[in-house]
Amino acid sequence: MAAREPKKNPMPQQDAKVRAHNFDEVALGYTTELAKAESERCLNCKNKPCVSGCPVNIDIPEFISHIKNDDIEGAYEVISKSSSLPAVCGRVCPQEHQCEHECTLATKLKLEPVGIGRLERFTADYHRNNSKVKPEPPKQNGHKVAVIGAGPSGLTCAGDLARLGYAVTVYEALHTAGGVLVYGIPEFRLPKSIVAAEIETLKELGVEIMTDVVIGRTLTVDELFGQGFEAVFIGSGAGLPNFMKIPGESLCGVYSANEFLTRSNLMKAYLDDSQTPIMKGGKVAVTGGGNVAMDAARTALRLGAEKVYIVYRRSMEELPARKEEVEHAMEEGIEFIFLCAPVEILGYKNENDPRDPKNGFVRGMKCIKMELGEPDERGRRRPHEIPGSEFELDVDNVIIAIGTSPNPLIKNTTDGLDVNSHGCIIADENGVTSRENVFAGGDAVTGAATVISAMGAGKKAAAAIHRKLCAE
Amino acid sequence: MNKIITRRELNPTVTLLEIEAPLIAKKAEPGQFVIVRSHDDAERIPLTVADFDRDKGTVTIIFQIVGAGTMRLNSLREGDSLANLAGPLGRATETDGLGKVAVVGGGVGCAIAYPVTKKLFDKGAQVHAIAGFRTKDLVILEDEFRAHSTQFFAMSDDGSWGEKGLVTDALKKLIESGEKYDEVITIGPLIMMKFVCALTKQYGIKTVASMNPIMIDGTGMCGCCRLTVGGETKFACVDGPEFDGHLIDFDEAMARGRMYAGFEQRKREETCRLLNMKEGGRA
Repeated sequence: MAAREPKKNPMPQQDAKVRAHNFDEVALGYTTELAKAESERCLNCKNKPCVSGCPVNIDIPEFISHIKNDDIEGAYEVISKSSSLPAVCGRVCPQEHQCEHECTLATKLKLEPVGIGRLERFTADYHRNNSKVKPEPPKQNGHKVAVIGAGPSGLTCAGDLARLGYAVTVYEALHTAGGVLVYGIPEFRLPKSIVAAEIETLKELGVEIMTDVVIGRTLTVDELFGQGFEAVFIGSGAGLPNFMKIPGESLCGVYSANEFLTRSNLMKAYLDDSQTPIMKGGKVAVTGGGNVAMDAARTALRLGAEKVYIVYRRSMEELPARKEEVEHAMEEGIEFIFLCAPVEILGYKNENDPRDPKNGFVRGMKCIKMELGEPDERGRRRPHEIPGSEFELDVDNVIIAIGTSPNPLIKNTTDGLDVNSHGCIIADENGVTSRENVFAGGDAVTGAATVISAMGAGKKAAAAIHRKLCAE
Repeated sequence: MNKIITRRELNPTVTLLEIEAPLIAKKAEPGQFVIVRSHDDAERIPLTVADFDRDKGTVTIIFQIVGAGTMRLNSLREGDSLANLAGPLGRATETDGLGKVAVVGGGVGCAIAYPVTKKLFDKGAQVHAIAGFRTKDLVILEDEFRAHSTQFFAMSDDGSWGEKGLVTDALKKLIESGEKYDEVITIGPLIMMKFVCALTKQYGIKTVASMNPIMIDGTGMCGCCRLTVGGETKFACVDGPEFDGHLIDFDEAMARGRMYAGFEQRKREETCRLLNMKEGGRA
C-alpha cells in the first residue's frame, strides 16, 4: 500500500483576527489541486465503512474516485443521488462523528481520516460555480405530498419525493425558505446565497414552496388532506427556545439564541443599513456549550462586542459543540468560562431616577462555580454547584443557548398525532406517526439535533411515503 | 398576492389597509394577529386583525405610524402588494358564555377593541364600549363602535370629544353605578391597560388585556415577545396575545418595550427623510 499523507490537507481559511470583524465565510474551501491531493488519500475500501457513518448514505468512495479522475461533475452526480443539500452538508455536518469517524485511515491506520466533508463541499461548490445544466424535472407520478417546514428535513424529503415524480408542496411559516439554515446558522459558517442556490435546485425539480403559511394556523394538517394531498411530512423543527428559569431573564438585553441569531441572520441585522435592531458592542455572555452557543458568541463578536464569554457548566471535554467550531471561537478570542452556571441576571436600577434610560437593562450576571460528579444517564459527568462560590460577571447582554423544544402549534391542531412528554412527535425510524399517512422527522421528532440527522430522517420518510403510496 | 384593495387614512397617524388574503380571511377571528412585511428588506410587524371578510377573502389591518416599519407600510398605495403577510396568529378572544362585557380601548388599540366588540354584540351580549383618545382629531371607528355596542362611552384627554377624562374614569363610574360585568376586555397603551386592570382588580372583575410586545417570527420561535404572567414566562405570540390582566407584569412589559427606543428613533428619522425625498422627487 502506498504511503498516505498522515494529515488532512488543511483548508485555507480567513485569519482569525480579520474574520472576527466580518461576516464573510471563515473557511474558504479547497482549490482543485488541494481537493485532488486529498482525494488521493482515500483507500477506496471495498466495504465502505464511511457510507454507514453517513445519515443519508452518500456513496463516498465513489464520489471521491471521480475527483481523483478529475471528473468533478461526476462526483456531484454521485452525491446528489443521496443528498439534496450537498453544499450545506459539506459545511455544517459533524463529519468527525459520522463518515470521517468510520474512515479506515483513522480506525485502522491511526492517521487523520480523509477530509470527506471538505471534498463534499468542494464538489458542490464546483458544481454551483461551473455547471450550467439545469436538472431535468422528473416525470410526474400523479401523487401529491405536502411537506411542513422548509428546513433540512423538509427540503430533503421534498427533494427525494420530487425526484421520484411526486408533486410536492412545501409550507414554510417564515418569509424565506431554509429553516435553521437561514435563521440559525450564521453567514460566516453558511452563506445564505448557498442555501438559496440549493433551494433553487429543488424548485427546478418541481418542488413548490409556499412561504408565510403557518400550519396549525393558516391551514391544518386535516385541511391539507382535504386539498388532495395523500401524505403529509412534518418537519417543523424544534423552534421553541428554552429559558433557564432564573431571575432576570426578561431584562432588556437578554436574548434567546434563536432571537439573537434570527435578528442577525434572517432579518440581516448585521448589515449596517438593516431595519432590524440588535444590541451591538459591550460585553456579552452566552450560556450553553453547543454549536448554537458558538454561533451566537461568534456573531456577537462580529457585531462589535468588546468581550464575549461562553459560560458552560461542565468542562471543555463535555462541550457538545463541534471541535472545529470551538477551536474557531477560541482563535477569534472568545473566552470560555467552564464549570460555571448562571444563577441570576442582574438589572440596572437607578433608585433616584426612575426615568434613567438604563433602568431595566442588564448590568451583569451572577454565576456559581461547578464541579463534576458522577456520570449521568448519557455518560456525561453531572455538574454540582460549589457552595459559596458565587461571583458576578460584568456583562451588558446575555444570550441563552441552552436548547429548544418543538413548537406545539401542529400537535395542538392535529387530532390523533401522538407526542411524548417533551412535546416531540412520536415517529418510528421511517417517520411513521400515529396518524395514517402523516410522517414526521428531524427536530420535531428528536428535539434539537443536527442538520444532517434531520436530513437523514427526511430521506427515510420520503422512502416510506413512496412505499406507502406507490408500492401498496 | 396580498394586494391592497382599500387604503384609508383614519386620522393623520392611523391608516387602514384592506388586503387580499383569502387563506387568512377564512380563518381569522377577533383577537388574532398577522405578521406584515411591507417590502423585501422590511421588518416583520405584528398587527392585530381589525376586520375580515370571508366572502371577499380580505383582512383589514389598522396601524399607527410610529416607526420606520409602519412609515414604509404607510407608503404603500391601493393596488400595491405587501411583500409578505402571514397569519392568523395567536389565540382568538374567548367570547363564549359572556353575557355582559365592558370593552375598553385606548388610541389605536380601539382598532383591536372594535372586532371583539362587534363579535360580542353580534352574539347577543350586552356590550359597553369605552373608547379613549387624546383629542378629537385622533378618533377612529366611532360610527362602527356606536353601531355595534349596547352603549358607547367616548372619552378624551382634552375634552374635545365626548367626556373629558380617562377611560378608567368612565369604567369606574359604570361599575360604581351598579353595572355588573362578566368580564372587562382592555386593549390600548400598556400604561392604560395597567390602570384598567388595577381598577377592576379592586372590584374583582375578571379582566383580559391584549398585549402587543416586540415580536419577530410570531410563531413561538424567538421568545422575544415573552412576558411574565402570574410569575410564569409566556410568549405573547402563541400563548396570547390576550392574558389575565390581573396577573401580567406590566412594568416589565413596559421596560421591554423600550429596549430599542434609541435605534427606533434613528430609523424613524432616516426613513422619514428618505420618504420625504421620494415624495419631493415625485412632485
